[in-house]
Amino acid sequence: MERTLFAVRRNLLAWLVVGAVAGVSATAHAHAPVTITDPWVRATVPGQKATGAFMHITAHEAVTLVGGKTPVAPVVEIHEMKMVGDRMQMRALPNGLAIGAGQTVHLEPGGYHVMLIDLPKAVEVGQKVPLTLTFTTANGQRLDVDIEAEVRPLGGMGRPMSHGGHGHGPQR
Amino acid sequence: MARLFAAWRRIVWAICAVVLAACSDQPAFHAQEITGADFGRDFVLPDTEGRVRRLADFRGEVVALYFGFIQCPDVCPTALARAVEVKRLLGAQGERFRVVFVTVDPERDTPEVVRAYLNAFDPTFVGLIPPDAATLEATAKAFRVFYRKVPTGASYTMDHTATTFVYDPKGRLRLAVPHAMGAKEFAEDVARLFAEAP
Ligand SMILES: [Cu+2]
Repeated sequence: MERTLFAVRRNLLAWLVVGAVAGVSATAHAHAPVTITDPWVRATVPGQKATGAFMHITAHEAVTLVGGKTPVAPVVEIHEMKMVGDRMQMRALPNGLAIGAGQTVHLEPGGYHVMLIDLPKAVEVGQKVPLTLTFTTANGQRLDVDIEAEVRPLGGMGRPMSHGGHGHGPQR
Repeated sequence: MARLFAAWRRIVWAICAVVLAACSDQPAFHAQEITGADFGRDFVLPDTEGRVRRLADFRGEVVALYFGFIQCPDVCPTALARAVEVKRLLGAQGERFRVVFVTVDPERDTPEVVRAYLNAFDPTFVGLIPPDAATLEATAKAFRVFYRKVPTGASYTMDHTATTFVYDPKGRLRLAVPHAMGAKEFAEDVARLFAEAP
């Protein structure tokens, strides 16, 4: 009983975090099967055509992240970065990124990211990047989740510039 | 009794190890030492201002040479951010720690983009842009660096060697620093190179 209550509280907290961090209206997505926390985009310089968006995605039921949309770039792809020996490789995930029920996937440097391609202009620190992520559920339904990602410095390691009181929700 | 003997033996071994370490004037680097390597002897490439640069321009400095590309969302910025941290950890010596970035994607990485990108890390970082595909190929070959253009849906990406090559102040190739090595270990290795060559 206590465990259930605790779980519910954690979920509630998750929704509050999404509401605060990602700017999602809690009522509109009260039964959404995914929680997205701490989304951010790496800043670019003028002339740089691509960048990555990073975040933590918790699935409350099995989903697959299949794509996205943003006003800052015409093309959005789901990518994986990995080291093969001493070589760096980046690949688009042809079947998207599957996340099991109850799992949290971390999109972070050195691993997965949402690639924003053909940027017409630089994304700058302080800017908020609206991003609609598209998931498919196990029964084939399409689900769009709107978030807003904070732009963090190009030269940084992606940590928030300041912890303005918001928690990081239920990760790991 | 047997256990006591085992403990005693362990202590003796520990003492031997300490003595050996103290006597050896060449403790291992954290990075892979490649002193005497028959590759990566020099480069001759234009920088972001169009000046032709070669290794001899940086004599007296420890040079960290990295091949990468700007449209890379994380491995390259991670390597450059580590270099910033290494320089900071070196304190005053950091003034003589020179980061040289060679793009393997000169098609998209124009001198202007490379300069703006490196400035976001440290304006003293040098960016080199192979002027044509043949020069890029020859340079990569001379450094045994792998690079390959790979299409991804709407665009393309570059697979590439993510090792950083480190030269001592005399301009000799000394270390291959793997991508995963931390800034602290990297800085310790660089400090050692400065210490051995006054
Ligand atoms: Cu990517």
